[in-house]
Amino acid sequence: MSDGASSPLLAVENLKVHFAIRAGILQQRVGEVKAVDGVSFSINAGETLGLVGESGCGKSTTGLALMGLVKATDGRIAMKGAEDVTQMRSVPKSHRRRMQIIFQDPFSSLNPRQRVRDIIRAPLDIHGIGTAEERRAEVAKLISLVGLRADQADNFPHQFSGGQRQRIGIARALALKPDIIVCDEPVSALDVSVQAQILNLLADLQKELGLSYLFISHDLGVVEHVSHRVAVMYLGKIVETGSKRAIFSKPLHPYSELLLRSAPSHDPHNRHRFSAVSDDIPSATRKPTGCAFHTRCPLATDICRQIEPVLEQKADGQSAACHHR
Amino acid sequence: MENRATETAEPVLAVSDLNVEILGEAGSFPVVSEMSLSVRSGETVCIVGESGCGKSMTALSLLRLLPDSARIASGSVRIHGEDFLAMDQRHVEDFRGDKIAMIFQEPLTALNPVLTIGEQIAESVRQHRKAGKREAFARAVKCLEMVQMPDPERRARQYPHELSGGMRQRAMIALALACEPKIIVADEPTTALDVTVQAQILGLISDLQKRLGTAQILITHDLGVVAEIADRVIVMYAGRRVEECSVYELFDNPIHPYTIGLMGAVPHRGDPNAASERLTDIPGTVPPLWDLPKGCAFAPRCPGASARCLEERPPFIEKKPGHFAACWEHDNV
Repeated sequence: MSDGASSPLLAVENLKVHFAIRAGILQQRVGEVKAVDGVSFSINAGETLGLVGESGCGKSTTGLALMGLVKATDGRIAMKGAEDVTQMRSVPKSHRRRMQIIFQDPFSSLNPRQRVRDIIRAPLDIHGIGTAEERRAEVAKLISLVGLRADQADNFPHQFSGGQRQRIGIARALALKPDIIVCDEPVSALDVSVQAQILNLLADLQKELGLSYLFISHDLGVVEHVSHRVAVMYLGKIVETGSKRAIFSKPLHPYSELLLRSAPSHDPHNRHRFSAVSDDIPSATRKPTGCAFHTRCPLATDICRQIEPVLEQKADGQSAACHHR
Repeated sequence: MENRATETAEPVLAVSDLNVEILGEAGSFPVVSEMSLSVRSGETVCIVGESGCGKSMTALSLLRLLPDSARIASGSVRIHGEDFLAMDQRHVEDFRGDKIAMIFQEPLTALNPVLTIGEQIAESVRQHRKAGKREAFARAVKCLEMVQMPDPERRARQYPHELSGGMRQRAMIALALACEPKIIVADEPTTALDVTVQAQILGLISDLQKRLGTAQILITHDLGVVAEIADRVIVMYAGRRVEECSVYELFDNPIHPYTIGLMGAVPHRGDPNAASERLTDIPGTVPPLWDLPKGCAFAPRCPGASARCLEERPPFIEKKPGHFAACWEHDNV
């Protein structure tokens, strides 16, 4: 991992987040949910990695674990120019300073009793950066950077629309000048016409500040638009990863294919004619043996039911976890 | 052609000049204004718009299910030629479920948690048909079969919480179809579902419609769903229709700047512009319904707005055969 210039900005290895299932009056551990089960990926400077999957696949938990907002069971985070985080149970403050997060719901992620300037200043206060005067100037700069007006600084969150609140969340995430921002479904809660404003803002900020994004989303259209590289998750594991072009034009994993086939066409002349047959996502508490996707996979054979495939390189820069590809 | 036949047929549902208002502390304000629409058997009309545009209020009005805080101020809703708004409560209940039924967005809150799926469907059958308990339950199982519920006998005896999101939505569709209504109103039926499950439910809805020939009104914010399923589309903004035409015409030749803006604002699969870095965003936000601008409600966000747009509201008129829009500036292009 120390090969100088070519090493990625962020490398995550074998990240695991397991939650205990407790039952009975003694709350004994009766099982566990492997929400994230051995996920590895890397992000380069100035790059956006799209993390895509359906609800319950562990994509948001992955983002929260990187920030230390849920306790990871195991794993290692290596950030260029910093000591590796191997004690996943306590992510140090110095690490958080370089990595920030934007949440999905701009209504519940801002303190309703705080004024906007205080919300945005909070990270500077916590990390003890600058004098009071410098902090004030920095907050003013951030407010204009995300496209809010200076006179809105004394307002409370409820005085803003959803899109404007998301801008406040972005300003707060930028306050510490992080290298990486985890964007956890940042536009899912917004109206369509406002989504584009926020996606454009994120693109502008990336260009201006050289930011890297881990962009978590269930929306394939959004992921295709924002990402440079894409990782597809299914029931706690990355099943395929590669360049955006590779994943969207020649996906290898049958689950990636299913996802792409399921996205509406946006062209009434070329309708998909979806199959009505029921085919549900298995629960994360009762994961199928072998390849977790075998219950829904048209290619599944005996080996898929018994042996879990590992993520391996199948083509230039494209890896998939599948016995048949 | 099949389309020709349906076009000349009588509409099974006809709404004209519907006005809905919300009664607030500081007086009432309109949430749906001058709404008219008609649907024929076998036709799917999609109403598309963003939150607060009045699409859900329109849907609820069609079944007279508005919350207490809202009321229909004027207009008419005719179902099979009968004036639904003038009917007394008993007749309304006879109609609901039998002639017109609704599929809600969130099946977990719309289904009764303390009754099994089968009991809920059977209840609707018994309300509208002379049927014994056993017969009604058998009918419920048949309905679950029709919506391709896996293992329908067993599922009929389960409670909503025991089913996955996709199966719950199948159960709700079965419930809506139990008495073979001629009109289905679906309010964001796939919004709460994962993309692979959404595809299955969209497939199911179009299969069933082909088989049963129901008239469908589908409310959605998702242009992808519209492209997959609509015959005709109504675009709403701030409580009013801004554009209406066939689904092909809408995607090929949209007229209203809001429709055009929406199409550019949504990144979607296979978009030739996906490589470009910026989306064409619509500046600003949807105005609050209690404080609408004087002229065209979209004018403050519109790239082509003129002085007239800010002063006078454009009428909703036929711009070319079968293609309606409310825009002053389109005529000048």
